[in-house]
Amino acid sequence: MAEAILRIENIHKAYGKTEVLRGVSFDVVAGEVVVIIGPSGTGKSTLLRCVNQLTVPDQGRVWLEDVELTDKGADINKAREHIGMVFQDFNLFSHLTALQNVLLALTKVKRMKPGEARAKAALELEKVGLVDKAGLYPAELSGGQKQRVAIARSLAMDPKVMLFDEPTSALDPELIGEVLEVMKTLAEEGMTMLVVSHEMGFAREVATRIIFIENGIVSEEGPPEQFFEHPKNARTREFLGKLTETRGDGAARGGRRATWT
Amino acid sequence: MDPSLFLRSLKFIAPAIKVTVLLTVLALSLGLVLGLLLALARVYGGRVPRAVSSAYSRTVRSLPTLVVLFIFYNLAWIAFRVGGLTAAIIALTACTAAYQSEIFRGAIQSIGTGQMAAARSLGMTRGVALRSVIIPQALRLAIPAWSNEAAIVLKDSSLASAVGTAEMFRRAQQFGAATHHSLPAFLACGLLYFCLTFITNRVLDYAQKRYGLKT
Repeated sequence: MAEAILRIENIHKAYGKTEVLRGVSFDVVAGEVVVIIGPSGTGKSTLLRCVNQLTVPDQGRVWLEDVELTDKGADINKAREHIGMVFQDFNLFSHLTALQNVLLALTKVKRMKPGEARAKAALELEKVGLVDKAGLYPAELSGGQKQRVAIARSLAMDPKVMLFDEPTSALDPELIGEVLEVMKTLAEEGMTMLVVSHEMGFAREVATRIIFIENGIVSEEGPPEQFFEHPKNARTREFLGKLTETRGDGAARGGRRATWT
Repeated sequence: MDPSLFLRSLKFIAPAIKVTVLLTVLALSLGLVLGLLLALARVYGGRVPRAVSSAYSRTVRSLPTLVVLFIFYNLAWIAFRVGGLTAAIIALTACTAAYQSEIFRGAIQSIGTGQMAAARSLGMTRGVALRSVIIPQALRLAIPAWSNEAAIVLKDSSLASAVGTAEMFRRAQQFGAATHHSLPAFLACGLLYFCLTFITNRVLDYAQKRYGLKT
């Protein structure tokens, strides 16, 4: 039984009177690709933000390997160097070129020498297929390109875990594929990934485990084959059923053609 | 109106151009530093810095520039025993800092929380994130509003005449008093302000093209 690289224990979070997360717990083992799905507004993004403490949970604890991130005395900035995060809105630094976006943290956080940092940044951009766009500003890039630069920016820090918060939700349909390809390659190379997404095709093909969150708790979890073919909960079946209605039969079964090509 | 009077007044006022420019440049740059600090206190500070910054900005912007000028001119003497040009600069700085703090506050707030989130998620401390991500973008976003303020400060430098500073307007007044021909002097003065404003706007338009954020 492999050691858990990320442990999430009993996370509670409320915004005003609304309790968004009501006791979520699970572990992530190194190399796993965990995809979190569920109805909108059920706290999936909040959960992800609780992992790297961008949002501080009201209750509950998070460990990255043997460091407790929720501990008051923890050096959260140091810990965040090992956790990469990709956002729905990309959040590229608009005053910097693609290359400069990737190398900023390398020089400011990792204290790399400029030459080294530049070389590493170029390498990461190459891996996402955008080294020829290195000198362009975010405003000059398409949505898919922006997201790939954002992924390169996070990967440059050599994180142990990558968090993806609905990475393709803000993209036009024809640009989704290029981002999912990068994520798939990352998964194949063994990166530990925690992904919040509506892309069922991706989940079906790449995930090692699906977690269904509803009403602030983990309602069901399991490997994709079991989750999509034989869901245990009525609510899960209902959710997958709704997907069929709106996106076609292939979506519910996680068919590749239905959502990304 | 005698054209030779106009030219004579121009020659008389010209030496004061450098005083006007000095007043403007110093007030604008010191005001930028102070304004930026006030804006940061307003957006990222705790309860007290926020309240102080807000109160300062509101108060100064509720009073006529002339009144604020006189208040700070007198305060400069009472507090630091300085008068003359130095005091005029302090007074103009105090004024523009309030307006600039609003400009930068608007720019910082329009940047959006995602930028800070992305910077922090890469392991940057809040300080590094502010210096490398937020402020550079805020400054670039602020250029258009700031060029407006720059023109205002240039024109408001004429108010320093009221506290005895020998800038362009004061010289125009002196010429008028000595020769009993005020109109040519004020027209000449007006022409000089027009030229200075024109140059300022051109320089800042260039800055916007070169450094402005592409959105």
